[in-house]
Amino acid sequence: MLNRIIDKAAAGERLERSEIGFLFTDTPLAVLGSLAHKARLASADPARVTYVKDRNINYTNICVSGCRFCAFYRSKGEEGAYVIERDDLHRKIEEARELGATQILLQGGLHPDLRLDFYTAMLENIGQSFPDIHIHAFSPPEIDHIARIEGLSPEAIIRALRNAGLDSIPGGGAEVLTPDSRTRLSPNKCTTKTWLDVMETAHGLGLKTSATMMFGHGETIEERVDHLLAIRSLQERTGGFTAFIPWSFQPGNTVLKERRESGGHDYLRTVAASRLALDNVANIQASWVTQGDRVAQTALFFGCNDFGSTMIEENVVAAAGVTFRLSGNEIERLIRAAGFRPAQRNQAYEILEDLSR
Amino acid sequence: MKRIFSGSGLEEILEKVLGGDRLTVDDGVRLYESRHLTLVGCLANIVRERINGNRAFYIYNQHINYSNICGNECRFCAFFRKGEADGGFRMSVDEVAGKVKERLGEPIRELHIVGGCDPDLPYSYYLEMLAAIREIRPDVHIQAFTAVEIAHLAGISGQTVEDTLIDLREAGLGSLPGGGAELFSSRIRNDLCASKLSPEGWLETAETAHRLGIRSNATMLYGHVETARERAEHLVRLRESQDRTGGFLAFIPLSFHPANTQLDFLEAPTGVDDLKNIAVARLLLDNFDHIKAFWIMIGKKLAQISLSFGADDMDGTVIEEKITHMAGARTDQVFPVDELRRYIVEAGREPVERDTLYNLFPGTGAAEKAAHAEQDHR
Repeated sequence: MLNRIIDKAAAGERLERSEIGFLFTDTPLAVLGSLAHKARLASADPARVTYVKDRNINYTNICVSGCRFCAFYRSKGEEGAYVIERDDLHRKIEEARELGATQILLQGGLHPDLRLDFYTAMLENIGQSFPDIHIHAFSPPEIDHIARIEGLSPEAIIRALRNAGLDSIPGGGAEVLTPDSRTRLSPNKCTTKTWLDVMETAHGLGLKTSATMMFGHGETIEERVDHLLAIRSLQERTGGFTAFIPWSFQPGNTVLKERRESGGHDYLRTVAASRLALDNVANIQASWVTQGDRVAQTALFFGCNDFGSTMIEENVVAAAGVTFRLSGNEIERLIRAAGFRPAQRNQAYEILEDLSR
Repeated sequence: MKRIFSGSGLEEILEKVLGGDRLTVDDGVRLYESRHLTLVGCLANIVRERINGNRAFYIYNQHINYSNICGNECRFCAFFRKGEADGGFRMSVDEVAGKVKERLGEPIRELHIVGGCDPDLPYSYYLEMLAAIREIRPDVHIQAFTAVEIAHLAGISGQTVEDTLIDLREAGLGSLPGGGAELFSSRIRNDLCASKLSPEGWLETAETAHRLGIRSNATMLYGHVETARERAEHLVRLRESQDRTGGFLAFIPLSFHPANTQLDFLEAPTGVDDLKNIAVARLLLDNFDHIKAFWIMIGKKLAQISLSFGADDMDGTVIEEKITHMAGARTDQVFPVDELRRYIVEAGREPVERDTLYNLFPGTGAAEKAAHAEQDHR
């Protein structure tokens, strides 16, 4: 099987389900990395590793979804529950801009009362005050939630948000895209089908999105392969995914805190299998926020060609007790130390600054 | 396998590795400078599995740093102080004994004891420390005092290294840790640690111990101002020493942590460096049975990954490590046995508990259960 996979990888042929499974379960880690790295060198600029300067802003932590893997959410009225004030939001964006950020990642919980006009007003206000900031916001569960509250289709919601200034959609809330795993972990969150439908709709409306996978919470390898195939198949129809970002579940402070976090081995094999399975997704992102600088840098030899973002502020993973911090300079240093040229990009993966010093 | 090496520049080395041929310093430099991290890992994994199969070893151990007062003033060290006025600490024999007593309920197999070359501690202190520990825990192996400390003890006792080692063994010393080798290049020693025991002295001390039947480990501190060639030369000197005595148990690459040292302006080594050093060590040190991933320095996740890059040993469960943490390490200080074993299994390896001398305790799980019970009590 390994020889067949090596042949197919060399010829750029698409891997089948059983072959992707074999990558996870029966391929020695360094061999797997070598194959993924070859694929990465062929499909993304071989000399360059990109990253984006952005800030994560969570407009609310009030959420009715109650996902078992989440340490971030609060119920309405619970201590620490918040909805961001306009002044705070704008101050955060201003700070980010001073640090060189070109975009914000704006996400929040599934708030039971906020209406569409809250979201559109938030986007319009940002657009008026910061016309040059790219707004990457509202994962599919949020869009699905707003659609339900308004009794409208996701398409109508996406149109309204886009008209108010939404530039692209983050790939969060995918977790593992199989019915079983969602029933187990996040029964109130949008289904696998809805997640994929929202993304397909967004792509159809010309919005680019990313895709993620949060693994390591008890799902099977088969389910991870299902997830990769679902992304590959949708990408085949729309071409709307700019990047794929796998990361491991962080159990601290969650209902599942007895569960142990996946190690670095599991992370790297998942990254590498993703690169090889997703032959039609150009960019695979390393997750330093969950893996730390050492493992994230190593991932640049397991299929990743992008170091993610500076984040500036990260609340969701931090709520699970994990606090890695990296500045733009540190990210550039890690990229250089790995033998690549760092480049600052935007959300469309266009190079803003090639840092070939 | 050979196909994935085509065009990498590592084909000749692959042939040598497959043929079991010894690699040269030049090969080492080529491996260090190769941009194919995972292919270097593939090569190291061939040797790793040839020597150790699918096993990954660990030990239930306790670290004690008895004093950080040291006259050597090495520029890469954040641990040392010139004296107590300067924030230094020095544990009495009773305090060391207290540390050992604190953990009597745990199935510890090794005490790992290292300190500075403290100018004010008498020779008798070391003999009394060993005797006190042996009295409290007669079954536990004491791995104590690097070659640098041994040479210092010989100096203050007015005896030869050999006679000093005989005294210490009599008092309870089991083996020597591998620290203090740093980097053997004289250019670097003059710059970073001119007062420290020389490379020749370090090797001679280790070899003297080996000739007395006292085993030891070996290390290399990397990621400061050394070149790839200096690293490869360091490894080859260790290999030559091992050819003479066969007394080294394991090699442990040590990742430099610049914070709080006089070299804090240097950039720290990265994960790619860490894996490279493990892999190249595995490839050059063909006469060492074991390559250890020191998770205290490189983190648990990367240590786990290194089991696929040449390492076969995850070191210990360690509680309370001072030397690396005073240099800014943000890694944990504890690796509970069940978690350590889970990490090994996740990496596709078979966890095997060992003692210091690599006597194995496969599949007993007794130590793990006892440790579990102990943790539940807390």
